[in-house]
Amino acid sequence: MKLDMKSENGTAIACLSGELDHHCARTLRTELDRFIIVNQPEVLAIDFRSVTFMDSSGIGLIIGRNKLIKECGGTLEIRNPQPYIRRVLKLSGIERIVRIH
Amino acid sequence: MDIINEIKFTMPSLSVNEGTARAVVSSFVIQADPTVEELSDIRTAVSEAVTNSIVHGYRNTSGKIDLTVRLLAGREVYIRIKDSGCGIEDVKKAMEPLFTTAPEEERSGLGFSVMESFMDRLTVKSQPGKGTTVTMRKRLKVHGG
Repeated sequence: MKLDMKSENGTAIACLSGELDHHCARTLRTELDRFIIVNQPEVLAIDFRSVTFMDSSGIGLIIGRNKLIKECGGTLEIRNPQPYIRRVLKLSGIERIVRIH
Repeated sequence: MDIINEIKFTMPSLSVNEGTARAVVSSFVIQADPTVEELSDIRTAVSEAVTNSIVHGYRNTSGKIDLTVRLLAGREVYIRIKDSGCGIEDVKKAMEPLFTTAPEEERSGLGFSVMESFMDRLTVKSQPGKGTTVTMRKRLKVHGG
């Protein structure tokens, strides 16, 4: 799993690539939390375009980051999930709390 | 059970082996020519079961995880994932959506829900102090060719 941060029209974008499971979730959580706390972005979009696998560990990761960014006054967005990731997102009902583009 | 092909392997409960299990199961199942969606469902269900063994079964300890994958007659995939960890006190409760005993690990409590909805059949047998065995089955569609 690889994480690249970039900024587009004032939105912070976290581009993930590779497989998102419990094994890599902890490192990813630390890196994203550090980014949120240091930069306090208004909007943080997590781009799933290049994520080739995700299980429910990804749901835990999204819920945790959504909670932190809300506490910091920002909003989390999910972008470009592939169909197989959409199925896990749908099952979790997460679209009720996080916007998915 | 009419077994056409079978693999068995044992791995230590290291989190890096969540990916190993997915990769091995995928490369075995691919001989049955599953659709992309079916293969993705199986990979996800295997990942959930192996993660449960690592996070819950062997919490703060380590042990072995045994996997058996069978291709059965009628294009059915059978997967058994067995650990000798702490076991589950109340399987029914553990299978409730959003129930988790590891919120500090950011476990969403959706593991069994994913296994249940992505596979056709799910059986969980557990004995506290002895371990947990998860058995899953999925019948692959017959498609053109």
